[in-house]
Amino acid sequence: KQWYQRRVRGKRVIDYAVKIRVRPDQLGVVTDGVKHSMNPFDENAVEEAVRMKQKKIVKEIIVASCGPSQAQETIRTALAMGADRGIHVELAKGEEALQPLAIAKIFAALVEKEKPDLVILGKQAIDDDSNQTTQLLAGLLNWPQGTMASVVEHSEGKLTITREIDGGLEDISVKLPAVISADLRLNEPRYATLPNIMKAKKKKIEKIAASSMGIDIAPRLRVIKTVDPPVRAGGDKVPDVAVLLEKLREKGHIK
Amino acid sequence: MLRTVRKLTNPALGRFASTLVLVEHDGTSVNPATLHTITAASKLGGPIHALVAGDSCQQVAAAAAQIAGVEKVLVSESAALKGQISEAVSAVILSLQASNNYTHIMANGTVYGKNILPRIGAKLDVAPISDIIEIASENTFVRTIYAGNAIQTIESIDPVKVITVRATAFEAAASEGGTASTETVDCGIDNDKSEFLQAKLSKSDRPELAAASIVISGGRGLKNGENFEMLYTLADKMGAAVGASRAAVDAGYVPSDLQVGQTGKMIAPDLYIAVGISGAIQHLAGMKDSKTIVAINKDGEAPIFQVSDYGLVDDLFKAVPEMISSIEQQ
Repeated sequence: KQWYQRRVRGKRVIDYAVKIRVRPDQLGVVTDGVKHSMNPFDENAVEEAVRMKQKKIVKEIIVASCGPSQAQETIRTALAMGADRGIHVELAKGEEALQPLAIAKIFAALVEKEKPDLVILGKQAIDDDSNQTTQLLAGLLNWPQGTMASVVEHSEGKLTITREIDGGLEDISVKLPAVISADLRLNEPRYATLPNIMKAKKKKIEKIAASSMGIDIAPRLRVIKTVDPPVRAGGDKVPDVAVLLEKLREKGHIK
Repeated sequence: MLRTVRKLTNPALGRFASTLVLVEHDGTSVNPATLHTITAASKLGGPIHALVAGDSCQQVAAAAAQIAGVEKVLVSESAALKGQISEAVSAVILSLQASNNYTHIMANGTVYGKNILPRIGAKLDVAPISDIIEIASENTFVRTIYAGNAIQTIESIDPVKVITVRATAFEAAASEGGTASTETVDCGIDNDKSEFLQAKLSKSDRPELAAASIVISGGRGLKNGENFEMLYTLADKMGAAVGASRAAVDAGYVPSDLQVGQTGKMIAPDLYIAVGISGAIQHLAGMKDSKTIVAINKDGEAPIFQVSDYGLVDDLFKAVPEMISSIEQQ
């Protein structure tokens, strides 16, 4: 039986239920004083790691997050879910708009250092919706990738992954070491229980300043402006099906 | 690792754009989204090369050569490309990039395109740009963030742009009338790290969700998978495709490829009928650019009614059968 080490990414993002406001200076959205949480897909990633550890496929789970000091909260949540230790790559003020390529390079450096056999991330962050970091990291490491994973099975140094694709599902096999991204249906993330939250306070979080890593993290995509989307005027009601169908006929949608 | 020589992109120097478009296909036909990506590519000016990679490409290559705007079709056919696995397809693209030095590499903003292109970005050391909705210049692009609640214009300083394109934001190029030449490319691919096993595709006679002009979508209000039958019936009467909210997919009512939303498919049909869908922001992200939106929900306060053109506050289990019989009588 082989035991692996795996690394999980937990990104701190604005909570999915929060209403977004564009900043007056148009450089982004308002984040100060806004509720943040772990990116939902990253919760699935952490959960999958914990389940693999429970099945004794994985020996140690390291959770890493790049972010300002508050990213520690996200790491603590993952530790409370069952990760063993954390790495916080701290971003200074002004560095926070780290883009996926830079994040992938930072993770690649952590992978060199920690030498995990498997890295798992959420498929996309709900703030910038890029769906890139997993693929970027796999490319940098020259490891195989399994994105949008909804089922992951392990056997003899390989993972068989079911991916959610446009037309349905597809199965692939990748050799470890590999990078995979979790889709929402991979699992149902557990809530951290109070005893585990308390235990998590004793688990170690290593802190590394991003600027000390010798990696070029300067953005390649310059934000020119950020604006609200056009408002869609809606709200008209129809009293019944007959009127609805009449309107649709008028518009030529049905004969 | 391949690196392109960095050149400063100076409009005054007029380095000409040349674009490689990765054709999405299933071994038989070109995925309709590719036609929209080719339109996006044509806005850059410059020649467009279309890459068809896979283990069985001839039929698709012939179709690609007829797409208006394509100058050349490059065909890479090999057993190593079975399932168009990302490690193998990206090797082909990188090989072509090394010989042809494209300024732009583009693919559909579908799971297919998003899976492959960022890997290229890493190898070329450039920042990929996901799901663009507009091209402002050869360096400047527009995309949405936060589930479409903000729209961002960004400028890339990289010498090669690696881009995925949202189909709903661009017209489809004509699929006939093109007169591209075809060239076989031989890229020795050495991939022992991954393997495509099998695809389990949803089979349907209905129009494809992303390309359909009418979509009828069901949410948690449908209560179970069997109740989706009436939506399939209504769809058949209207020549429509069927979609679903994330809630309906999570609950197991329908398979995942029906999901419309921030983390599912982004669609913009002529008519979108949301049945039993409350209208969470993440769902709206996937359909709010539809031309006409109809909502049927018994909760008059549901957020979906704020974006719908025609809202029917009614029990869907009464309204949908009524719609079916009314259309039948016509």
